[in-house]
Amino acid sequence: MSSPYNETVMEHFRHPRNVGKIESPDGKATEGSPACGDMVSVYISVDDETKTISDVKFESYGCASNIATGSIITELAKGKTLDEAKKITWKQASDALGGLPPIKAHCSVLAVEGLRAAIQNYEEKHGLIKEKKPTTPEVVQQRLRKVMDPLTGLGLVRAKLVQSVDVKDGVIHVVVDLPSSHQFASAIKGEILEKLETLWDVKEVVVDFVE
Amino acid sequence: MADKTIYLDNAAATRMDERVLEAMQPFLFDTYAVATSEFGYSLGIEAREALDGARGTLAKALGASPEEFIFTSGSTESSNMAIKGVALALGEKKGKHIIVSAIEDFPVLHSAQALEKQGFQVTFLEVDGDGLVSPDKLRDAITDETILVSIQHANQGIGTIQDIESIGKVCREKGVMFHTDATHTFTRVGLDVSKVQVDLVTVAAHTIHGPKGIGGLYIRKGTQLTKWMDGGFQEFNLRAGLENIPGAIGFARAVEIVTPEETQRLQAIRDRIIERALAEIPNSTLNGHRSQRLPQNANVTFHFVEGESITLHLDMRGFAVSTGSACFSRSLEGSHVIYGIGGDHERAHGSIRFTLGRYNTMEDADAVVDALAEIVSELRSISPLGKDND
Repeated sequence: MSSPYNETVMEHFRHPRNVGKIESPDGKATEGSPACGDMVSVYISVDDETKTISDVKFESYGCASNIATGSIITELAKGKTLDEAKKITWKQASDALGGLPPIKAHCSVLAVEGLRAAIQNYEEKHGLIKEKKPTTPEVVQQRLRKVMDPLTGLGLVRAKLVQSVDVKDGVIHVVVDLPSSHQFASAIKGEILEKLETLWDVKEVVVDFVE
Repeated sequence: MADKTIYLDNAAATRMDERVLEAMQPFLFDTYAVATSEFGYSLGIEAREALDGARGTLAKALGASPEEFIFTSGSTESSNMAIKGVALALGEKKGKHIIVSAIEDFPVLHSAQALEKQGFQVTFLEVDGDGLVSPDKLRDAITDETILVSIQHANQGIGTIQDIESIGKVCREKGVMFHTDATHTFTRVGLDVSKVQVDLVTVAAHTIHGPKGIGGLYIRKGTQLTKWMDGGFQEFNLRAGLENIPGAIGFARAVEIVTPEETQRLQAIRDRIIERALAEIPNSTLNGHRSQRLPQNANVTFHFVEGESITLHLDMRGFAVSTGSACFSRSLEGSHVIYGIGGDHERAHGSIRFTLGRYNTMEDADAVVDALAEIVSELRSISPLGKDND
């Protein structure tokens, strides 16, 4: 009988490595949302001197391909410097797993993006961003693309749910075109804060709902 | 892989009953001739008589006359034929509006969408949180242009049974044709065309331990239906093609074997799955109506976990189930049925469907819930959701 997943993938799916949370991590990120389907959270501990990843853990709300990629990518990243870990590609993760079904690529890309975003989160928190571009409404819109509307599974921007974005004196003000009583309002707010708070020149993020 | 599969996907296909094969065999090896007219040769006349006998059995099971029942290759063909046949017959004459529910199975849904591309107007009628169509909303949706309403007898995914008696009354009152897809209710939930005002009914053998590739369509006398598969004059000149006599015989035999006692037994197994899953696995939600429900269908969402991961783990332990998760489908689209009842991606993502058949036992229900409790808790332990009551 042929399964779409090879032995290595199944082994990582059955016994995923590095699963869980790191309490007070140095960097963390969540990619995807229950809305779009799969979701991955990645947590890293970083040795501040050597800038290497001393520990990495992940959590997955996803299919076999998503879980297996989370498992392999954390194995690949452990002990690497941030610069090395950033360069790990989906292709490398997929190769390390002996290949993934092409149709499942997007589920596994999330784990790779999660690791990169966790590293970025660390760098932003530690003032390590080399190119310090000022935060503009365009930068904010760009980041909001990755926040999902749980009902449609579309990014907030594509779902036309971002009513306005203002950036002034280090304060970002986002108005979301949903009532605050919406069942996912607090989840959406949390995701927006996570995506914006670490920007190097931002002091405060205010999220409001229309009603 | 476990030694023995506990098969819980009987809505998709069933294991054929040996008694069905036994009934079919003579028509593969002995009476294999084409069904000829009464002026033909003996072997062909014998085949014709057998086919007519099977037709009689099927028609009787629906409370119909034999000339109101034709054999097809399955429920997909039956529903295509009903919907496109009526559209071809009445589209130019009467109007170009048809109404289907938003949670129909693909043969109906996609036939309606195909007609839409050809200039028909289609209303996809919304259902409530349990999956029920409101007869009043249906009445409001019918216009002077409406020629056909197609609303399933019960849903393939969540098992909700529609009030087709009231729906039929509305259609009759408005003078509109009514088709129902009874693929999942046939022989399990009563449908008598002498009592329900329905004009076309789709049925099939693959859900009741009969052979695959055989189904049927009930067509009420006087219904205007245009033939769209051209060829010979078979099936009252409505469906061309050599008759599948072994299939028809098998279908009829499969119908005879189903008993109300068996259906009650399946319902008890269904209730065990639903009751135990909801009671013992926290954060689980039943999809579909609790009582107006197919006796052989349970469908539960386990929140914070993904369905393909659950089915894969169940498969490793020897259970076959299906899920409405996008990850499971070839199209990577979540179940339109779960969205139809107002569920979001998250609800579809962790939904598992269990459908029962003749070879399931109460032990299967206990075994699958025991396995699920472990699998769901394992997957939740690695999920980022559901830990801080979010």
